Amino acid sequence: MKRAQIKKRKSIIPGFGLSMGITVAMLSLLILIPLASVLAYSFRLSGAEFAELMMRPNVVQAFVTSIGCALAAAVLNCIFGTILAWVLVRYEFPGKRLMDGMIELPFALPTAVAGITLTKMYSDTGAIGRAFEKLGIEIAYTRTGIIIAMVFIGIPFVVRAIQPVLEKLPATYEEAAGMLGASRLTIFWKVIFPEIRPALLTGFGLALARGIGEYGSVIYISGNSEKNGTQVVSYVIMQKLNSGNVDYEGAAAIALVLLILSFVMLFAINFIQHIASRRTNV
Amino acid sequence: MKRKNSMFKRTALTMAAACLVVSVVGCGGKKEDGVLTFTNVSYDPTREFYAAYNELFAEHYKEETGKEIELVQSHGGSGSQARSVIEGNDADVVTLALAHDITSIEKAGLIGEGWLAEFDKNSSPYTSTIVFLVRSGNEKDIHDWEDLIKDGVEIITPDPKSSGGACWNFLAAWQYAKTQFADDEIAMKDFLAKLYNNVLVMDSGARGATTTFVENGQGDVLIAWENEALLALEEYPEQYELITPSISILAEPSVAIVDENAEKNGTEEIAKDYLDYLYTEDAQRLAGKHYYRPSDEAILKEFSDTFDLSVNLCTIDDFGGWDQAYQDFFADDAIFDEIYRK
Repeated sequence: MKRAQIKKRKSIIPGFGLSMGITVAMLSLLILIPLASVLAYSFRLSGAEFAELMMRPNVVQAFVTSIGCALAAAVLNCIFGTILAWVLVRYEFPGKRLMDGMIELPFALPTAVAGITLTKMYSDTGAIGRAFEKLGIEIAYTRTGIIIAMVFIGIPFVVRAIQPVLEKLPATYEEAAGMLGASRLTIFWKVIFPEIRPALLTGFGLALARGIGEYGSVIYISGNSEKNGTQVVSYVIMQKLNSGNVDYEGAAAIALVLLILSFVMLFAINFIQHIASRRTNV
Repeated sequence: MKRKNSMFKRTALTMAAACLVVSVVGCGGKKEDGVLTFTNVSYDPTREFYAAYNELFAEHYKEETGKEIELVQSHGGSGSQARSVIEGNDADVVTLALAHDITSIEKAGLIGEGWLAEFDKNSSPYTSTIVFLVRSGNEKDIHDWEDLIKDGVEIITPDPKSSGGACWNFLAAWQYAKTQFADDEIAMKDFLAKLYNNVLVMDSGARGATTTFVENGQGDVLIAWENEALLALEEYPEQYELITPSISILAEPSVAIVDENAEKNGTEEIAKDYLDYLYTEDAQRLAGKHYYRPSDEAILKEFSDTFDLSVNLCTIDDFGGWDQAYQDFFADDAIFDEIYRK
């Protein structure tokens, strides 16, 4: 009886059965079952085979490249994403709406189109790449190119995470701080930054996770050279699947490790956020 | 208690309904308005050829039976196309870049054993070979494989670990080294190591490599399918030159009926007719026009202006067949990995 009462109290809002049913069905069909099959496939490898595969120089290097580049891209995205969101929220200027809409383009554009276009622009015969080449900087077919592609696909996550927080942050906070004599830098670090930090962490986590798993936009600009260390993990997985000896188990095993790493990182970020929010609330 | 039960029921019902919706949406009919749909799953560079051939075949089919047929083409990397068929892409026939990809469909049980002998000439109605495409003027003076290992030559070729076409490229170079160094394996590996050291960009597929060379202007020489190279020459006549090396490999793109699917779709006869018709004179000439070497010797000679027929061609049999070649060259830690990591 007691349990029923608790149940009753929980479901004051009608439609729990219906919406929960849809949620569970969709989660299972689209996420849980496919992910479980990845797990099942990779368990066909023995422990020794698994370890051997993960220690292969090209696999290790691909993880270093993917994670390193995704981290760098996420940090860049946080810096430029914050500035972008700031400009969009705090100032009025012609074309603001248009600019605001453009932020989402990387979501809408097929990643292969983005990849091919970026490669064309940033290779040493392209408009932007040519200028950099004169300075002795190569972009396409290096890790720098990979980072650029990841910045491109990751920026909307950061901007869209920060924007609503900045919008809710009244300008009076800054005015008050200014009247109390704080410098502009102090205002940013002591007043604004603590407010946007949780959102920034969320944006960072999303951009990072997206970058680590990215395939389409990275594949063209990276050049995929084991020698230059420009193979990303998703490329190594595709290699396993596209070669004459299709290797499902190997591909699934690498995918599993990638999945776990991304999960751990997202978890860590959420944990930091949780700690930080508790500290500010107390 | 009762309430909880009904809640559970409703949840389960909704889940079942959602599953049903997904499965219904996933179904598609093969026959629409009485017009039969027939699917040919092929690889990247055959796009233009099969577009033309399908028109030819549709006419032929109408003459024979008086019925319309809708021919569907699908193109992509040969290996991934084979995988898509294994995973359930409903292809009636496959026309892929190498026999090995069809063998993997056979191993999955969708194609009967002995498919290689089902049609003439190892089931290869047209062939191609591996050539070099260089920029007009040929500044780096590239005429044969040995010119590719010179300092400062930048090569574009796809990754043999993810592209079937790239395997042909590697084997052609290997064959050259073999003749050059009289089977001295150390010297041969050294040659290949130098060659792959000059590779600037390694794309994941043959079309990607062509894009890198032609559109993005990377590299001095593209190691390419002859048909792709000739197509690039046609599109940009002044900008490129085609170089045929002294030794190359006879690439035999194979065709086969996907028995399991054809049986299910009731298209076995059409499938046989579709592939047989590739060997007729009209179709052979069409292949020649699209820069594939017709397998019919007489018709091949008609195209002697287009193709350099003097090149010395080895075949995959010289490497003991694809299975052997994969084991020896492209498996993990095999010869390709060894020379590339040098």
